[in-house]
Amino acid sequence: MLILKKFAQDKSAVIGFAIVVAVVFIAVFGPWLAPYPQDATMSHLTRRLRPPSWAFPFGTDNLGRDILSRVILGARGALKVSLLVVGASMAIGVPLGLAAGYSRGWLSEAIMRVTDVFLALPQLILALALAQLMGPSLESAMIALVATYWPFFTRIVYAETRRLRASLFVDALEGLGASPTRIVFLHILPNAASPIIVRATIGLGFTILVAATLGFLGMGATPPDPDWGLAISQSRTFLPGAWWYATFPGLAILVTVLGFNLLGDGLRDIMDPRLRRSR
Amino acid sequence: MLRFIARRTLLAVPSLLGLLIITFVMIRLVPADPAAALAGDNATPEQVAQIRAQYGLDQPLPVQFLKYLSDVARFDFGDSVYSSRPVAIDIVQRLPATLELTFAALFLATALGIPLGVVAALNHNRWPDFVLRIVSIGGVALATFWIAIMFQLLFAMKLDWLPLRGRSSVGISFAGGPTGFLMLDALLKGRLDVFWDAFRHLVLPALTLSLGGIATITRFTRAGVLDTMQKDFVTYERAVGYPHRRLVWVYVLRNSVVASVTQIGLLFGSLIAGAVVVESIFDWPGLGSYTVNAILTADFKVMLAVTLLVGVIYAAVNILTDIVHGLIDPRLRDQA
Amino acid sequence: MTAPPVLDVADLRVSIRGDEGIAKILDHISFRLERGRILGIVGESGCGKSTLIKSVLGILSSGARIERGEIRFEGENLLAMGDKRLNREIRGSRIGFIPQDPYLALNPVFTVGAQLLEIMRWHAPKSVRNHREHLIALLRRVQLPDPEAALDRYPHQFSGGQRQRLVIAGALACAPTLIVADEPTTALDVTTQGQILVLLRELVEEFGLSMLFVTHDLGVVAELCDDLCVIYAGQSVETGPTVQVLREPAHPYTRALLACHPDRSEHFTGIPGLVPSPLKAPPGCRFAPRCTSARPACPERPPHYVAAGQGHAVDCILHEGSGA
Repeated sequence: MLILKKFAQDKSAVIGFAIVVAVVFIAVFGPWLAPYPQDATMSHLTRRLRPPSWAFPFGTDNLGRDILSRVILGARGALKVSLLVVGASMAIGVPLGLAAGYSRGWLSEAIMRVTDVFLALPQLILALALAQLMGPSLESAMIALVATYWPFFTRIVYAETRRLRASLFVDALEGLGASPTRIVFLHILPNAASPIIVRATIGLGFTILVAATLGFLGMGATPPDPDWGLAISQSRTFLPGAWWYATFPGLAILVTVLGFNLLGDGLRDIMDPRLRRSR
Repeated sequence: MLRFIARRTLLAVPSLLGLLIITFVMIRLVPADPAAALAGDNATPEQVAQIRAQYGLDQPLPVQFLKYLSDVARFDFGDSVYSSRPVAIDIVQRLPATLELTFAALFLATALGIPLGVVAALNHNRWPDFVLRIVSIGGVALATFWIAIMFQLLFAMKLDWLPLRGRSSVGISFAGGPTGFLMLDALLKGRLDVFWDAFRHLVLPALTLSLGGIATITRFTRAGVLDTMQKDFVTYERAVGYPHRRLVWVYVLRNSVVASVTQIGLLFGSLIAGAVVVESIFDWPGLGSYTVNAILTADFKVMLAVTLLVGVIYAAVNILTDIVHGLIDPRLRDQA
Repeated sequence: MTAPPVLDVADLRVSIRGDEGIAKILDHISFRLERGRILGIVGESGCGKSTLIKSVLGILSSGARIERGEIRFEGENLLAMGDKRLNREIRGSRIGFIPQDPYLALNPVFTVGAQLLEIMRWHAPKSVRNHREHLIALLRRVQLPDPEAALDRYPHQFSGGQRQRLVIAGALACAPTLIVADEPTTALDVTTQGQILVLLRELVEEFGLSMLFVTHDLGVVAELCDDLCVIYAGQSVETGPTVQVLREPAHPYTRALLACHPDRSEHFTGIPGLVPSPLKAPPGCRFAPRCTSARPACPERPPHYVAAGQGHAVDCILHEGSGA
């Protein structure tokens, strides 16, 4: 209850939460919300590149498709990619972090050295290279993003586990004869949950951003997907005339990522007093 | 201090070795047939076989790895498919442009981010703080490629204040100079026209590239200043009547920037990644646009070389960051 | 006409606005520091000593407010003075300050010389070289070894006692008339503590200073201070010449405090009960709930001093009408 109250007082976290809820709602109910749901694939050559109007609030693109509808329909893809990527990164990174943090000696060292190397790799370049090596498609983009994002979780979980392992209650549990698996999953993981949740929230926004960049560079979503990054890439030929074509998909990315970041920032303040921004 | 630097440099060796292994694994194992990938899409089976022999891909893996290491050590990355010149030469030619761009962005991010962070901290929980917080979180949420296009649309296409793309105007003849930094070379040779032209070309890409950095540095400086303001020495400095401005901008700030310097170091890595996008949008003739071209044309040798280079730069910046820490904080120096 | 006291604090009340409401951290603080004397302010931790120091120096945090009272320094009310003038003419120049823990009080990333010269540069416009020479002379006077080299070193490169000497020199740098010392010996070991106390005494006489010495240690007060003022939970309960107050303590709290002191009693006797929260303190005596001689009127009696001897005043109902 106290947490909810503190959350409600944090204006920017509430704004972030509202944006995230709205984006999820749009992603789920997109096909019913979009004024022209068939514009996901259908083109109308008679109404190409129309500026914003009452009929097409965000204008139309070079194939006569309603940009508002495609922005709405694009939310689902963006959210799906980021959820899958962050989920898979957690599935890899969290157990590795737990193992490295709880064990001592070579296993811990080996995991953390590999993690450090992956952290030092240029993420976007590696993702682009991997996507190209595996053939440009949404799936390879996602694999590439997971390959570059899991180390962040390992780092955080490692630090948390180390801290908790040094704390008295783990000693007490070991003294009582609890098995390592039990200690790690029942006692350490729940205590390490808040930094993981914060990182995951910010990671969702970040992944949307990088996935859009991959899409923009032609290494992610493929036409005719209603992808935000792809749309901006396609719009470049029609500038400066069709300014709306590039503007609105970009705003959609900005608002969505901003929502996740504000929420993650607010969650960090509430859940992890040691990292308080306002100390 | 020298020992401190040497120790830090040695610590980077395992990471660099790891980087070599990962890149090796990537080129060797990720494509089903690396020889086919190297030969390109339209190669005949004979060509593929020839490439396999030429690159030693028919040898056992450890032998291949050793050959890979010796190639890297001699900066021999082969010829680029895209430019049909040695990759190493292409990189050396294009590196200054990228460095000029990233340094400009880094300068902007620091010069704007630190004062903004101080202002936010001084107005803690009042409206400037709130506004700057939203703006700085928003700055990180901006898609670089989108804001680049928006800047082009507004400042180059609609308002026509600044050039749309490139590093210099077509009509300008300038042989270049010793540094490879166009603005610096122009100044050295007294060519103010070239300098001004180069500056105008640099503004939009550098600004685009710096936005995320401004946001990050603002946030970390703010947190650092707030943290430092709680310290006993600030109370003492107030109690003995230090002038208020100097107290904040000299005595508090120097303590707070330690955290910001780490961020500036980390930022450099993300700036290089950002440069990939920014350069390809602004047609900036640096490594970023070179990399994008290489990726789009599946020019693996270039991709490999660039990945290694960025890894090395990243490690070097980390060492540099630690050295700067030592310079700012005498306690760290004495520990080493 | 007699000269005004160096420092005259009268009926000071300071409140701080926090999350849980407004707390009266100081309520009715009154004392006088005469020229050339050392006045000890004694109280337990949390009694408002540091708020008192910050009030005198005019560096209260933004949440704190002085609700009433006066702080007169050489006859001038500091509370009526603008911050600009305070910073330029008072803090660090006419009032020197010695902090509690010089390790935390010195900025870790600047040389000692830079920090001490900064005080002088701002308050006495003279050439840097003059300042430097003056500072080196002061450092030599406070017996810091190798003063020339010391200026270029960093705080962490000195020992605790040396750092204390450094900030003492800093307090003297602009020839002040008053020095405010905030428990300057608590962070030191007993031997060094003794040396510093002797040094402070010498400096007061040599430079014609007056000193406000804030501490929780009655032993130090007995050794160093001419006068003392006892504070309990933000109220000044008793003030007078040290010898007399220690011999004939008039306030029940002072008595209890003396009884707790290991030098004076065979067994350690604590004071029963807890210090009241300044959030909901009674308007009258704050010690009443713990006082063995309390009367029903105590919590409502507005605080004021009554005389208990020559220069000795006490804020207690027991002495009402009985004194001179």
